[in-house]
Amino acid sequence: MEEQVKKSPLDEKEEYIINMGPQHPSTHGVLRLVVSLRGEVVRNVEPHLGYVHRGIEKMCESITYPQIIHLTDRMDYLSAHINNEAVSLAVEKALEIDIPDRIKVIRTLMSELTRIQSHQLFWATFGMDLGGLTCFFYGLRDREKVLDIFEETCGGRMIVSYNCPGGLMYDIHPNFQKRVKEFIKYFRKTLPEYDQLLTGNVIFRERTIGIGNLSLEDAISYGVTGPSGRASGFSCDVRKHEPYSAYGRVYFNEVLYSEGDTYHRYLARIEEMRESMNIIDQLIDNIPEGPFAVKMKPIIKLPEGEYYQRVETARGELGVYIISDGNKNPYRVKFRSPNFVNLSALNHMAKEFKIADLVAIGGSLDLVIPDIDR
Amino acid sequence: MNKTELGDFIKSLEQDCEINEGKQFTEISVPAGKLHKLAENLRSNEETSFDFLFCLSGVDYGVDLGVVYHLRSTKLGHSIVIKVRTSDRVNPHFDSVTDIWKTADFHEREVYDLLGIKFTGHPDLRRLFLDNSWGFPLRKDYTDDINIVTK
Repeated sequence: MEEQVKKSPLDEKEEYIINMGPQHPSTHGVLRLVVSLRGEVVRNVEPHLGYVHRGIEKMCESITYPQIIHLTDRMDYLSAHINNEAVSLAVEKALEIDIPDRIKVIRTLMSELTRIQSHQLFWATFGMDLGGLTCFFYGLRDREKVLDIFEETCGGRMIVSYNCPGGLMYDIHPNFQKRVKEFIKYFRKTLPEYDQLLTGNVIFRERTIGIGNLSLEDAISYGVTGPSGRASGFSCDVRKHEPYSAYGRVYFNEVLYSEGDTYHRYLARIEEMRESMNIIDQLIDNIPEGPFAVKMKPIIKLPEGEYYQRVETARGELGVYIISDGNKNPYRVKFRSPNFVNLSALNHMAKEFKIADLVAIGGSLDLVIPDIDR
Repeated sequence: MNKTELGDFIKSLEQDCEINEGKQFTEISVPAGKLHKLAENLRSNEETSFDFLFCLSGVDYGVDLGVVYHLRSTKLGHSIVIKVRTSDRVNPHFDSVTDIWKTADFHEREVYDLLGIKFTGHPDLRRLFLDNSWGFPLRKDYTDDINIVTK
């Protein structure tokens, strides 16, 4: 008995290994982390991936460009619109098609609504991870309103497949503008509730401020983009640096902090929801008249060459790299997914913090696992 | 620097490379042996300071296997593409750039997993998604009688 006590894994000098996931509630999917601990302190985090690897890049090589759109929904399912847009823009860029203003504006509106609903879900689940279950109900209540708008126009709620090469699948629903305006009016009133409930909460602040710091240099070296990168001061907003669709003509701020801790990664997302609402305000009354899609050839073939398109999803920079050999199928497609790259910094961020902080740090990266595995 | 200036400047850093001014990026093909030195130069040189490796993809070109590096400078705002190729399909290997850009760690593991390209100097080169019993699915000569239907 005495000997057992001596060899107890809680001995400060001994390192022991626990398995977090693939079915852990705080990983929001099938992410498996093998965590080495010394006492309560994290020494090493090693992600084991592949539980939802579907080989999307391989599948893309045998299907046509309009078909790829439907696979991109299933990568980062919370940024489905923006993923669709990335492939559509890449194809349009390759074919040098001019897209009418109406399509650009609707795409931008849809992307910003997507960003809002994604950050709402982030807020909901992040609060839940840290023990505030009320957040989950508030967040999902509000997110439902955005999904209803999607459902009316796109037919789908999450897997929307609304953008396609050459424009949109269908025109917006006659109620679209009215409902978006109603939602913005409602959400401007509700967003301060989010701050009251979580941002100012003492327990929440204790658990996030100064936890999981990521310096600017490391953020760039690890390639951490999106709100997580901007919380470290990495100016990486593709909407600002390389404006696509209608982002060139709207006014908005790039949310930047310099602290780079869990709290500021959270705060960046809350502020981004405000910026997204500002963008929507500027565009919703100014949707130009015109067609909702450009007439495309029934079989789309890209000219031989290489095309790269970047967009800003709710989690960071998504890159679509297409190599075409002139056929109707791409020769090679590579998705530079933001979650995959952000995850690679998790080990660096969680080191020397407690195991309970790992949940907070992982939650603040807002990982979507199917986007990591692809 | 604009695309032409970048190409000229990189030519002066490394004579042994081929510059191709593409539509979107300046593309630089470099022999596999010189990759690491050039990458280090591009990262540390004040004129280029490519500090952000935003995409790393492995490609099977049919005969050759290759890796494509997309780089951007967050300070100067310019981008560039570096390409390396090898005709060795049995034991393809390049130098790892993990020591220069930390993000290369996962990217290189993914390329190794799906294309079987090894990276010398990588701290922990293991398969990322698939089991050890799999082949390398992103290679063009990969066959799978059950899951891939060939017409």
